[in-house]
Amino acid sequence: MFIEVTLALFGGFLTTLQIFFLTLLFSIPLGLVICFGSMSRFKPLQWLVKVFVWIIRGTPLMLQLIVVYFGPGLLCASMERAGQAGNVIYYIADYLNSFSPFVATIIAFSINYACYFSEIYRGGIESIPRGQYEAGQVLGMTKTQIFFRVVLLQVIKRILPPMSNEIITLVKDTSLARIITCYEIIWAGQKFIKSEGIIWPLFYTGAFYLLFSGLLTILFAKMEKKLSYFKN
Amino acid sequence: MSILNVYDLKKSFGKTEVLKGITFSVEQGEVISILGSSGSGKTTLLRCLNFLETPNEGRIEVNGREIFSADNKELPDRVLRENRLNFGLVFQQFNLFPQYTVLENLTLAAKLRVKEAAKKDKTLSKNQLFESIDKQALETLESVGLSEKKDFYPCQLSGGQQQRVAIARALMLSPQILCFDEPTSALDPELTGEVLAVIKELAQRKVTMIIVTHEMAFAREVSDKIIFMDEGVVAACGTPDEIFCNSSNERICKFISAMSNK
Repeated sequence: MFIEVTLALFGGFLTTLQIFFLTLLFSIPLGLVICFGSMSRFKPLQWLVKVFVWIIRGTPLMLQLIVVYFGPGLLCASMERAGQAGNVIYYIADYLNSFSPFVATIIAFSINYACYFSEIYRGGIESIPRGQYEAGQVLGMTKTQIFFRVVLLQVIKRILPPMSNEIITLVKDTSLARIITCYEIIWAGQKFIKSEGIIWPLFYTGAFYLLFSGLLTILFAKMEKKLSYFKN
Repeated sequence: MSILNVYDLKKSFGKTEVLKGITFSVEQGEVISILGSSGSGKTTLLRCLNFLETPNEGRIEVNGREIFSADNKELPDRVLRENRLNFGLVFQQFNLFPQYTVLENLTLAAKLRVKEAAKKDKTLSKNQLFESIDKQALETLESVGLSEKKDFYPCQLSGGQQQRVAIARALMLSPQILCFDEPTSALDPELTGEVLAVIKELAQRKVTMIIVTHEMAFAREVSDKIIFMDEGVVAACGTPDEIFCNSSNERICKFISAMSNK
């Protein structure tokens, strides 16, 4: 029985890992785009981005999952009732409605985490002293060179602790995907309650989370150590 | 012909007028010290020369060539970068790049310039140029007495050593005029000597310099000319003896005696 449960949980954990890595893959760069938007000197864009970040950070991720997964379908249905099934919005909504629970999960998670990351990036970028930019400027460097050659690594060093915090939170947040029937590890564990009448597999899932977040903790500690050769 | 001419430079931040029309010139090989109390506009003047601030009015000429005019403020980024290279600037807080070694701090900007040039001109031999930059950097480091620290990171150096590296870094692009913004103000008193010694040696090598400082004795010893700034204007300008010994301006006398007694 133990082996059978372990294998089943591994199956679910695979999905958990997929959600985790794909979310990071998309949200880390998307966060940078959002960050630049929120720091834009073009005020309307800055406002728009800030309102968006406020909405995403101000509502539960679980709700966002539901909106992304069920929203398009509901919109389609109501547009059909209103006899507007022919327009562009309908087709977009119809397309979004065709996404599987897994894809919807990745979309909702990526957007949600990108917003949190963007604020971490912004804090990191703004904490770099002006003198670093000015030193680059008087040496004739371009803005791009200054950002990538001078500022970026210092920003990475500074944001590593808050990023590791967020990323470890993400490991556990993946369990929310269950709400839109994405088959991840909690679901895999919970299934045994109904089918076998046992609850320990659900508790057992905790070991997977612990092991994985433990690995991440070690990884981040290594990265921090690697960047400890300089101080800023 | 003067190496630098500044005409009627004005700069305001919001409603505060910091520079109210500064005119002065610098000759090739001359050392100019700018003295004055805090808030008199010394630093703003240096920052304007280095294009870290854009003046509201006035003109700047280097070697007779106009590099800034208030009539044509919006310079393209490329021109701005070229103009900046006429000047070097040593900051009060050093502003070394912490993640690079001493040697890398010196070579970074020069190497990036070579890379840019190599993109346009494929015949350029990058490695050869990089080698010559490294060689130049080692020589420059030698001249500030820090060859043996070339592979150290800034955080491993004392403040005085960091500032000497910053001076070497500024020298790397062979600026026409080297500017210092209170180069010893962030240092412990026992560390100012080594930095001042480096500046003195540069003066002997006839490097044109503009130095904003509070070190009265040093300014008097090293300068060919002293500019005394007060509330955004040049209150007095002359040789050290003229300023220190026979100043008729009450404000200057007060300032000098106050600073000298520190």
